[in-house]
Parts: sequence; structure tokens; C-alpha cells
Amino acid sequence: MQYLVSVIHDSDALADSDEMAAIDAFNDKLQAQGSWVFAGGLAAPEASTVIDNRGESPVLTDGPFLETKEFVIGFWIMEAPDLDAVLQLAAEGSRACNRKLEVRPIR
Amino acid sequence: MTSAAEALTRAHQQEWARVVGSLTRRFGDLDLAEDAAAEAFATAVETWPTDGVPPNPGGWLTTTASRKAIDRLRRERKRDGKHQEALVVHDDSPPEPLGPVDDDRLRLIFVCAHPALAMEARVALTLRMVGGLTVAEIARAFLVQEVAMARRITRAKAKIAAAHIPYRVPTAQDLPQRVDGVLAVLYLVLNEGYLASGPDADPLRPDLTAEAIRLTRLLRELLPDDGEVAGLLALMLLTEARRPARVSADGELVSLAEQDRGAWHADLIAEGHRLVRERLASGRPPGRYQLLAAINAVHTDARDVRDADWSQVVALYDQLVRLDPSPVVALNRAVAVAEVDGPDVALAAVDRLADALTGYRAFHATRADLLRRLGRSAESRAAYDAAIALGGNAAETAYLSRRRDRLAPPR
Repeated sequence: MQYLVSVIHDSDALADSDEMAAIDAFNDKLQAQGSWVFAGGLAAPEASTVIDNRGESPVLTDGPFLETKEFVIGFWIMEAPDLDAVLQLAAEGSRACNRKLEVRPIR
Repeated sequence: MTSAAEALTRAHQQEWARVVGSLTRRFGDLDLAEDAAAEAFATAVETWPTDGVPPNPGGWLTTTASRKAIDRLRRERKRDGKHQEALVVHDDSPPEPLGPVDDDRLRLIFVCAHPALAMEARVALTLRMVGGLTVAEIARAFLVQEVAMARRITRAKAKIAAAHIPYRVPTAQDLPQRVDGVLAVLYLVLNEGYLASGPDADPLRPDLTAEAIRLTRLLRELLPDDGEVAGLLALMLLTEARRPARVSADGELVSLAEQDRGAWHADLIAEGHRLVRERLASGRPPGRYQLLAAINAVHTDARDVRDADWSQVVALYDQLVRLDPSPVVALNRAVAVAEVDGPDVALAAVDRLADALTGYRAFHATRADLLRRLGRSAESRAAYDAAIALGGNAAETAYLSRRRDRLAPPR
């Protein structure tokens, strides 16, 4: 079972050095125990472009599809047997990166 | 005939959670387990009165429900018209002992009260899956439209399936916290029955308090060594014991001081006191529910309210404040302080909570009573008005109105 673990924050500031060290250690642990699938940090929502090509030609719109005070600023994809297991990892991840996380199952 | 009806009621109370629990483990699907259990009980209603009650009602119900579930899976597979992976997991082996205590019903309780679900969903799901109440009964209990309640339960089940909330007893390490979550659900059910929230609701809901007690008894049977489970059960019993004296013949709430103590259920009080003593004897530091139970034990110990050991109550609240420094606990502590140090000291403590509790009825009612005792009638009247304006159930409003109208008339 895979889960998308999104990092939620109200600023696009990069992690500071303490946070970065904690994230590295956490990622090492995920990889060592086989929970790691993928992870990435994201640019600010203003850098995004929405494209809709369901009509005759692609329509491009500047900015995120939804303007919100808090937004996704990074993510992990984790492998875990069930929600309890991934929540335990996410609790550690939230502590490491010092941000809120949203856990969502991938179908 | 009567014996079949009695057997059905008993089976429903004793076996519902076990049937749903064992089917959930076998088929890995709460939804299917619930429907199949309901069908099995419906079949029992039809056949037991004529064919007689089976010698092992629980076994009969589980077997019947399993057959219904398999039939349904076959039908669905046929209807889908394509070959699916075998959905029926044949798992007749006893469950692996994953947690410190293992029982299908306990697994069911932990799934239904999972912290990843919204509180109102946890309450509804627990009453449906573990308690066996119908959706209509739960909807009525919480003054919600049946359709809305059904949706709430369906959504919760969908999340459990989609997010893979595991069907197992938490590890020993997680257990205390998860038990806490289950107790919060049961306490909420009790509280809604203890003092219903809406102006249109019956002030007391014995059906809900009885259900809360029944489920907590079940949890205690499954986790006999957990002090907080025992504490919550004791608290519930001591609360329920006072129910006959809590509302007067003309539908008005009766305060603890004015209650007819002879009308209390002596057997429930004795059982509650026994549990509290048992916890005290354990010598382990009490949690929140154990302290609340101990406070209620002191209240129900005295023959007369004047004999109550209020300094003991204050001491217990002091312990509770250390565990739970919330303004509501501080408010309740102040009520006890009034009896030990006087209403002026209590009022000063209550007034410090004004910012946090301005929307809380009991805050204004407590202030009103303290002001009344200090002879500050005009301020007391205003506080009673504020409490009444926050709209509780009819019995509360009647009580507060009478207290207000007994104040010295404004000059």
C-alpha cells in the first residue's frame, strides 16, 4: 500500500539546516526499512501553471488551481502496510521537517 | 414465543458485535460484515419463533451471516460479469495474537474509534458496529436526519477501507493512547444521554446512557487491567445511579444538593464504589476518569449533601487540574471550593475563566449561584439570564428560571 504524504506549510521558505539534517536522517531511515518510494520538495505555488486540454486547444492558467493560505510544499510517497504504520512514519516526518503533513492513500 | 423474543433480544445484545467482528476479520470488509450481520438477525427474527431457538445462538448467527456474506460476494461477482480475484479470504484460523489482548470485538472497537476519523463519525460507527443500534436509532439520539447519519457512517466506512485502517488491536506501546480515544467516544455517548444538548431533546436519554454503560462493560471485560476503563465504568455507574432523582415530576432539573438520595440506585452506587476502591487499592496513579469517578464516589457517599467531604473533592480536583488544566475542570473545581473556602473565593476563581467560557452555559449558571449566595441579586439575575439565553434542554431552562425567579426582586 502506498501513501502520498504531503508537506503543508504557509511559506515556501526552505528547511533550515537543523530541519534539513533531521529530514536527511528520516529519509535514510525510510530507505533502510523499505518505506521509501519517492520524495521531493516543490517550488512556491505561484510557480505553477494549470493546463486544460479537454477542449479544442490547451488553455493555460497562471498560478495554482486553488489559492490557499497553506499549500503543499513537498511530498513523500511511502510504502506501508496500513494507515497506522504510515501515520507512525508521518509523525516522525512531521517532527523532522517541522511542518504539518497530510497522509492520503494512493489507490 | 416469548422465549424466542427474549432470546433474540439477548442475542442481539451479546452477539451483534461478535458477529460483525468475526465477519470483518474473515472478509476484511466492514460494510459487508454489517449488512450480513443485519440479514442474519432478520432471518433469526423470522425463523426462531417457529423453528425454535438454536442451541448455540451466537454460532448460528455467525454461520448464517457468513453464508449471507458469501452469497452476496458470489452475486456481485456474477453481476460484474468478469472474473475477479477470489474476494473470500478463507481464514478460519484463530486470529494471530497481535496485540496484548485479542478479540474480534476489541479490534472492532479500535477500528470504529480510530483517531483518523472525525469524532462524530467515531461515535456513530461505534454505536452501529459495536452497539448494534440501527441508523435510525442513532440519528434520533443525535437529532440528525437519518439520511445524514447514514451518509456519515458510509463515509467513515469508505475511509477505513480506502486508507487501510488496520483491523487489529494496537501494540502495547500505542494502547494507552488508543484506549483513551475509545473512552472519549463512550464518554461522549454517556454525556449526550446524561444531559441532552438540544432544547427539543428529552433532557435525559436513558437509552444512550444504558448503551454507553453496556459498551464500557464490554470494554472492561476485554481490558480488565486498564485503570481508566474501570474508572470510566465507575463514573458512568455513579452518574446513572442518580438518574431517577435528577429530573422532578414537573420536568425540572434537580441539583445534586436537592436530590432525593433515597431514589438513587443503590446497587449501581455500590458497584461504582467497589470499582473506585479497587483502583485506589491498586496504588497506581489515577487518570482522568478515575479521578472523576472518585469525585462522584465522594458525592454519592454522603447521606446528606451537608455531610459531603468537600475538601476531599477539592483535593481530587487539584489532581485533575494537573492532568487536564482546561477551563471546564477549573470551573468544576471552583464549585467545590465554594463549599470549603466560601462563595467569594470561588467567584474570584470563576471570574478568571470568563474569557474562555463566555459561551458555556454552566459558567454563567455557576456564577449566578455564587452571586446569589453572596447576596448580589441583580448580578445573579443577569448571570441566570445569560445562562438561559444559551439555550439548554427544557429541564435545565426550567431549573435556571426557577432559581432566577426566586431572587429578591430588583429594587
